[in-house]
Formats: sequence, structure tokens, C-alpha cells
Amino acid sequence: MTTTEDRPATEIGNPRRRKEDARLITGRTRWTDNIVLPGMQHIAMVRSPFAHARITSIDTEAARASTGVVAVITGADIADEQGALPNAWAVVSDQQAPVHPSMAVDHVAFAGEIVAMVVARTAAEANDAAELVDVDYEELAPALELRAAARDEVIAHPDLGTNVSAVWAYDSAESGTGGDVEAAIAAARDGGIVIEREFRQQRLIPAFMEPRAIVVDPTTEQMTVWSSTQVPHFVKIFIALVLGIPEHKIRVIAPDVGGGFGGKLQFTPEEVLTVIAARRTGKPCKYCETRSESFMAAHHGRDQWQQVTLAANADGTVTGLKVELTADMGAYLGLVTSAIPLLGAFMYNGIYKFPSYHLGITNVFTNKTWTDAYRGAGRPEATYAIERVMDELAVRVGVDPLEIRERNWIKHEEFPFSTVSGLQYDSGNYEAATAKARDLFRYDDLRKEQAERRESGDPVQLGIGISTYTEMCGLAPSRWLGSMGYVGGGWEHAAVRMLPTGKVEVVTGTSPHGQGHETAWSQLVADRLGVAFEDVEVLHGDTQVAVRGLDTYGSRSLAVGGMAVLAAADKVIEKAKPIAAQLLEANADDLEFSAGRYGVRGTDAGLTLAELAFAVFQGHKLDGSAEGCLDADATLDPDDFSFPHGTHLCAVEVDTETGLSTIRSYVSVDDVGVVVNPLIVEGQVHGGLAQGIAQALYEEAVHDDSGTLISGSFDQYLLPGAPDLPRFETARTETPATTNQLGVKGVGEAGTIASTPAVVNAIVDALRPLGVTDVTMPCTPYRVWKAIQEGEQS
Amino acid sequence: MIPAPFEYFAPATIDEALGLLREHSDAKVLAGGQSLMPALRLRLAAPDTIVDLGKIDELRGVRDDGDVLVIGAMTPHSVVQASPAVNEHARLISLATATVGDPQIRHRGTFGGSLAHADPAADLPAVAVALDASFVIAGTQGRRTVSAADFFQGVFSTALGEDELLVEVRVPKYTGWGAHYEKFNRVAQAWSIVSVAAAVRLDGDSIAEARVALGNMGSTPVRATAVEEALVGRPATADAVREAAARAADGTSPVTDLNGDADYRRHLATVLTRRAVLAAAGTA
Ligand SMILES: Cc1cc2nc3c(=O)[nH]c(=O)nc-3n(C[C@H](O)[C@H](O)[C@H](O)COP(=O)(O)OP(=O)(O)OC[C@H]3O[C@@H](n4cnc5c(N)ncnc54)[C@H](O)[C@@H]3O)c2cc1C
Repeated sequence: MTTTEDRPATEIGNPRRRKEDARLITGRTRWTDNIVLPGMQHIAMVRSPFAHARITSIDTEAARASTGVVAVITGADIADEQGALPNAWAVVSDQQAPVHPSMAVDHVAFAGEIVAMVVARTAAEANDAAELVDVDYEELAPALELRAAARDEVIAHPDLGTNVSAVWAYDSAESGTGGDVEAAIAAARDGGIVIEREFRQQRLIPAFMEPRAIVVDPTTEQMTVWSSTQVPHFVKIFIALVLGIPEHKIRVIAPDVGGGFGGKLQFTPEEVLTVIAARRTGKPCKYCETRSESFMAAHHGRDQWQQVTLAANADGTVTGLKVELTADMGAYLGLVTSAIPLLGAFMYNGIYKFPSYHLGITNVFTNKTWTDAYRGAGRPEATYAIERVMDELAVRVGVDPLEIRERNWIKHEEFPFSTVSGLQYDSGNYEAATAKARDLFRYDDLRKEQAERRESGDPVQLGIGISTYTEMCGLAPSRWLGSMGYVGGGWEHAAVRMLPTGKVEVVTGTSPHGQGHETAWSQLVADRLGVAFEDVEVLHGDTQVAVRGLDTYGSRSLAVGGMAVLAAADKVIEKAKPIAAQLLEANADDLEFSAGRYGVRGTDAGLTLAELAFAVFQGHKLDGSAEGCLDADATLDPDDFSFPHGTHLCAVEVDTETGLSTIRSYVSVDDVGVVVNPLIVEGQVHGGLAQGIAQALYEEAVHDDSGTLISGSFDQYLLPGAPDLPRFETARTETPATTNQLGVKGVGEAGTIASTPAVVNAIVDALRPLGVTDVTMPCTPYRVWKAIQEGEQS
Repeated sequence: MIPAPFEYFAPATIDEALGLLREHSDAKVLAGGQSLMPALRLRLAAPDTIVDLGKIDELRGVRDDGDVLVIGAMTPHSVVQASPAVNEHARLISLATATVGDPQIRHRGTFGGSLAHADPAADLPAVAVALDASFVIAGTQGRRTVSAADFFQGVFSTALGEDELLVEVRVPKYTGWGAHYEKFNRVAQAWSIVSVAAAVRLDGDSIAEARVALGNMGSTPVRATAVEEALVGRPATADAVREAAARAADGTSPVTDLNGDADYRRHLATVLTRRAVLAAAGTA
């Protein structure tokens, strides 16, 4: 046995620095824009400046004559060839949707939609020529305001005749998971408490660091497509389905990808068009979007109105929750646009035992950029709504908001627990997480300081915000996805290969774009196979290497993909057994695998996996009774979701003279189950918190009356930087999930889900004595100041 | 994006640069590029000629000239910020410069470029107005000097002619004055929603002289003369300053945008002026 002092007993739990960081941070790696091929041509897109218009004519003559131009292609040129972009999730069987072309042919439905493309020898020449494409538009009235659009006041797609794409509902009485919410509300109106609120989930822009980029090489045996995407496997199959290219003639590579946050969980018009350009010209083509294009045309997130009615007894025990949700699809349905509200549908009841629940969803088209997945996808919206109204309930009952939560949450001894929305929570311990958060935050001291500031009329008021949450991670059991109308599955695939020199190649079907799978999966395999961490290489993101996979989103990679890796490693260990038995001349039943070695029980005899791998490579001594190969594949479909949870506490100082909110302290206690690499978990929590706080305070996509995005640059669309955020105090409790063999849950979205309501609750808490009961997000100084003025008047 | 094509010159002297500007009617001067480059890349500006001032040494540096400090137009923000002379005699400039963008921007962007750009939300124009700086402009006819109040003429618009250069800025010394720059923005790297530059000289406990100017309260920086007058001879107490600062927004017509309407900005101007003056007095 060779255990060195500084190597921990297990890799699982080891806060290793990420092996991929050096190349990602220095940028000396294969970002798509770094790829240069012989004869490569460059594409520039021409995009509609209007939100809604008819294309009356396009004059490409000047552009064609411009230096270096190879081709100018309009929608009319490729009307048949381009097919239609897919929506993979029909939430109802009669879902309405316009045909979604990659390039508009005669009608544009949002500002930023592509109307032509220029292919040229250099990027500069393509850009110059794109300016010469002369498009005539006949402007149409745009459908912009979501609730007006829901009433069909102006129609976004005249051919469709309505803006309503789908109406979906979940009702606990109908589903047999609870009582009748209308009865609960009626009862509460008589002696109980009814709280009615409307919340705005503003439109957000994913703003990943690396804008989207695509290179297509049509000259190889399989057409090779590099794309800065989260989902290379999706891209491969959709290129086949949409463009009619045989699937086995396509190779898709997601090289290193600079962030996605759901924004690159998409099959994009730009991908289709770059393939078309390469196919038509027979030469490699590259398209890299500008930041301005990314703002306008990469899909947006959130954008919902939520009408919430909460019914409770006088003591604050909730008796029912009713939510009417209007969700902005934007101009088209992307891959899972229609299902984003649905992914939140099961989370409105949060960590609570509500006896009745009803949710109605109306999906609506407008003439804005299409929306789709963005970090949390449905669950942050749901958590925000319930956590905001739980605070309001506490005020009505007159108890501490932590107390009102405790009265309603699922006790730890009550797991597994079947929720009112029909999910089965396998595990959780809300008491433990909350107690720890309360302690770290010094909750009672801060409440005291708050009282003092109120007393003295301090112009800077202190507010305390609470957010408890749970979420469904590990997307997803394929059976569940099928029952919900999704066309794909939720399994994951992995392969583990023992190389002759004892090194290990791991192939994963997940597609990391910043999450650190190379490090975490190496830790998993090092432990399981008893090999050194450094001896494991994790390969991903290339469909010629990772031949099967469903990629990375929905906090699924570890809980599903990581478990597939373990299953493959276990198969390798099994495959090695008969070979070890033969070579050791022992009975297989007498063999024991431990620390990377098969030993004969009760003796010193044994062979390490490395030795077995070399023996298999030589094949000299194998008698042929067992397959001479220590490689294994595994596909794993999860039995159920995992349910991380946690309690976040946030202290905000609000300058009542200016309206400026400053976060003074932030404590997060998350229970993400077993932790493979604490450093990676910490990083995911920090990034998630920053993004969730940004929704509360900074980010908003704003359009003017004509549908132009006026927050179309980082000048207007504010992202916080390190100086704008507090020092995060993060901690964990660990309640292992029971739905996978390691007890892991998922952490990619937790911070984003929990932090938004914690911040807004804190701001409202600070200002409640001034008559403020809500502030619309983002809580800009201007909005907060106005809320204070209005509060003082009322 | 990629800028539209242009011809590029990097002259070594002011005269050479002026010659190039005279020759090329559609030329733009490039200083630190922190405002011009984004405009070129977005193709909001597409001049056919760029005259880069980066190689002209005589435009760079901070110099002491008796009663006056002289700051060369091409002096990077980082150099201004670190200059002991500026810190001693025109502390308001050091304080405001430290709030410009982030370290990368301060290493590239220049003092003169920021003033010549004349963005109403920028930090240095209000400071120059508060301190009564004068702007030395070179043209083919020779040099002329313009006061800060006359230099700023509108949004992105100054007294500079098409073929003129801003050479240097002359700032009277404010040795021993207290100073404070109050910048109000939403994130550290954002432009001001409103800003206030204040400098005061105390005589015992009372204010002997005051200079106050507001940023982003109109198309050009606004000198808050009513506040200055109300402060002189008054004690530097919270009440007295509050009373004077209440007049900060008199006569201003600020814009309405995503960050606030005109009423909010006027309100902010009074709050920030009070804070700036009190803080300035505290350091005097
Ligand atoms: C992300 C970011 C954040 C920023 N934040 C702030 C901030 O918080 N506060 C702030 O005040 N500024 C901010 N800036 C702007 C910064 O201060 C720039 O330095 C300034 O706007 C322009 O200076 P420059 O040297 O880069 O000039 P350039 O961009 O090179 O030129 C700007 C304009 O001035 C003209 N010009 C430049 N020099 C001369 C000259 N000597 N004579 C005649 N014309 C000349 C140019 O022709 C051009 O029109 C920010 C910029 C960025 C990119």
C-alpha cells in the first residue's frame, strides 16, 4: 500500500484546486474564437433593428461587390434549406408556436433577428459588407408589455392569431396531492389571513463571459462543428434533424467554453447559419458574435408576472397557495422556452407543508428576444414568490419571519415527504441549516441593532432578509421528462478506460463550461479505482470522444453524470476480477478489491489495476476465458431528483436619503448533500450568490416603446463586480441524498435561487416602518427612494 | 465589433499632430482610447483618419508652475492619481480620479482625453469647473486659453475646434483646502448618476471660501454658486451646511434616464452636496 502523508484517505471531500484553471484563466486554450483553419472564411450577421416588421426588400448588390466578399445570403435564399428551429418541450398538446426560422424570410419578430449574412475572407471585410446590405422594412406595431400581450391587444405573430402559446395548470385537488385551494382561500377570508401580491420577475440577460462563437469545417469526413455551447450532443442531433445532414456525418465539439448559465443551453440560429455557409461555400466558416449581438440575440431569462394568493390561519399556518403566472416567451420558442415556468411549478410550495395548491401558467409571445433557461430556470422565480409572501405573512401574524417558516416547514423526521405539488422529497434538515445560519449571522444582535436604528431615526436603516429554499436537481428521470411533454431523456453516459501504463481516461457525457468536472470526476475515479488523482484524465465535449451524453444544465452533472462515471468505474473493477483470478491462479471468490489492487484474501499475493492493465495490453498470459479489456461504458438514468436546500440570511443597509442599498453581511448555509470538492462547491455558491443578488439589485433588460433594447451594453445593463459584493460567509450542513449512490445533490443553481428573495426581503424589512411593503426588482436607488416617498405619503 | 477602416498616424510632436489634423478633414484624435475605441468598435464613430497622441512626450506629465499646477493632456489617470503635487495642491483631482472606472481604465485613459470627451456623467469635468481650471488649446493659429466654464459647451461638446488639440490644463493651487468628491453610482465601475466636487478653505471654524460643482446635473458641469455664496462666512456645522446645500439644485435641469428622473437627481444633488461639503470641511 502506498499512501503518502499528504494524500487524504479519500479524494471525496478534498478541496483540490481545479486542474483546468491554469488554461482557462490564462486563455491559452481552445476557445472557439482561437480556432483558425486553412482557408477559413468569416461571417457577419445583418440583424433587424425593428422589433416587429415585414421585410419588403433586401438589396445585397453593394455588399456582394465589397472587398473580400464570398457570399451574401438572405432568408429568401435559404427559405427551404434552413428548416425550422426546434422546441423540445410541448407543455400542452395544443401548444401554439410560430415557425422559428434561423434567418427571417419576410417577417421579423424581435429586434436582433437575423435577416441576412455576409461570408467574406476576413472578419473585417464581412463587417464592412454587412453595413452595405440594404433592407427595407415595413414597421408593424410590436407586442411588448407582457400582460397586454396576454390579452392579445397587439399580436406578435399575425399568422398565429394569438399571443397565447399554452395554458397549463396544476391543481392539488385534481391531482389528489392536496385540498381545494379556493376553499382554503374562502375559509381564510373569514377569520384567517389572505395575502395577495403581484411580483415582477424582470427580464435578465445571461451575460456569459465568452460570447457565442461557431466554427464549421465541412471538409472533414464528418463535418466538424465547434461551438461555444453547453450542449454539444444536442447540437449534433439537431443539426441532423433540422438540416437533414445524416447524424453520422456530424461531429460537434464544445471546446473550452467561457460560461453559459443556461444561456448556451440552446440550438441557435447562428449554428444553423454557419453550417449552411460552410456547406454552401465548401470552406471552413467562423462566426463570433459581438457583445452587442449577444445582448440582443442570445436568449434572455426570467420575465414573468406572478400573482400570488396565500391563505393562512390566524396563527400563521398556511392553508393554501394559489399562483397565476404569466410568462414571456419572447418572439419564439427555443429548446425549452415553454417549460421554464413549468420547471418552477413544483417549487412554489418550497420547504413547506401546504395543504392545498393551485398554479396556472400562461405562456405568451411578445416581440422581444426569446427567453429560455437561465441559472435556476423557473425555480428562482418560484422561490422568490413564496419567500416574499412568507415574510408578509410573518408581518401579518406579528411574529419573526424565521418563526413563521418553522411553523410551516417539513420537520426533519417527516422525510421522505410527499409534497402538495406531487414531488417526493427524499431528505432534508431545515432545522439544522436554519440554526447554523442564525448563529453565523448573529441574528439576535442584528435585530437589536435594527431596533436601535429605528428608534433613533437613523437615515441609514438596517434590514434583515431571510430566504429558505429547496430545489429539484439532477435533471432528470427520463420517465418524468416524458410524462411532462419533453422529447428527450435525462440519462447520462460515461466510459472509463484503463491505459496500459496504468493511467485512466474518463469520458463523460456532461459538458462542463466552468464547473470543474475534470477535477471532480478525477476525484471520483481516483477514489473508486484507487489510482492517483493525477493519473486520471477527463475527456468531454467532443461527440467523437464522448459519443453519448446529454450535457450540462439543471444541476445534473454530478448527481447524474458523476454517478454514471462511478457505474463505469465499477464495471472496470468487475471486468478486472476474472483476469486477476486467472493471473493469480486464485479463485475469483477469494479476491478482494481494495485501494486499487486485487488481493488474494489471507495472502500477500495480488495485482494492481495498473499491472492488470499492462497484462491485458500484452495479452500474453490471458487464457481467453474473460474479455481482455479493462474499458467500460455505463449509462445511468436517475430514479428521482435530488433536493438541495438551505437558509440564507442577508443584512442590508438602506440609505433612506438616496435609496442606495448596500449589503452588509450575507450568510448562506446550503445542504447540497455529500461534497466531492468543497472548493468547487464554494465557487459555485459565490457565483450563484452574485447572480442572484444582481437580479435583486442591478440587472434588468429594458426595452423602449418601439421594442429596442436600451440596456444593450454593460454600460446600462449593470453587473456587480467584486467591490460591489460583500464578503460571503458560506457554510454547509450535510444531509445525504438517498436518490443516488453517493448522496450528492447539486449546487450549480442554489446560490442564485436563494439569494434574490433574501436581498429584497431585507430591503423591505429595513423600510417597513416607513410604510414600504414592496420594491420592484431590481431595487435601484431610484426605485427604493420612490418607494420611500410613496410610503411616507400613504 | 471591428472598427470601419481608417488611416492611422502617430506623430511625435504637437506641431506634427496639428499638421495632420489640418490635412485630414475627417480626423479623430486618439488619446487613451477608453471612450473613442468603444465608439469606433460600435461604429458610432467612423473617421477616415486617426491621429494617435501616444508618442507625443510633451503632452505628458504634471508640472509645478508657481501658483499653478500644469497637467499635460496625455497624462494617464493613474499618474495624476499618484502625483504628490496634485495631491498637495489640488486634492480634489486626486480624489475624483481615483473613482474613474478601474485600474486598467486609469492606466490607459488620460486626463485630457476625459475632459475633451466632455461626457456629462464623467468625473473630471465637474472638478475642473469647481477648481476654475484653464484649458490650453493649440491650433494652427497658435495657442489660446479657455476657462473651464467656457470649455464645456454641451453633451460631448467643447470649445475645441476640429483641428485643435487640448495641450494642457492649468489648475490654480488650492494648498491647504479641504476637498471631497462625492460620486453616486450603482456599481463601482459605473458612471455617476450625480456627483459633487467640493473644496473649502476654513478660517478657524468657519468657511472662508468654497468651490462646489455638480456632475451630470445638466449637459455641462454646473457650478453651484448659490451654495458657495451661502457657505461663505458660515460655520462648518451640519445645520449650516444643510441649509446651504438645499440650494444645490437651483436652476438645474438634469436628465431623466433608467437611473432616475430629474426630481430624484435634484434631490440627490442636495444630499450629496451636504455630504461633500461636510466631508471637505472635515479634511481642511
Ligand atoms: C469601462 C469604463 C469605465 C469608465 N468609467 C469612468 C468613470 O467612472 N468616470 C469617468 O469620468 N470616466 C470613465 N471612463 C472614461 C475614461 O475616463 C476615459 O479616460 C475618458 O473618457 C477618455 O479618455 P481617453 O484618454 O481614453 O480618451 P479617448 O477615448 O482616446 O478620446 C476621447 C475623446 O476625446 C478626444 N480627445 C482626446 N484627447 C484629446 C486632446 N488632447 N485634444 C483634443 N481632443 C482629444 C478624442 O478625439 C475623443 O473624441 C470609463 C471608461 C470605460 C471604458
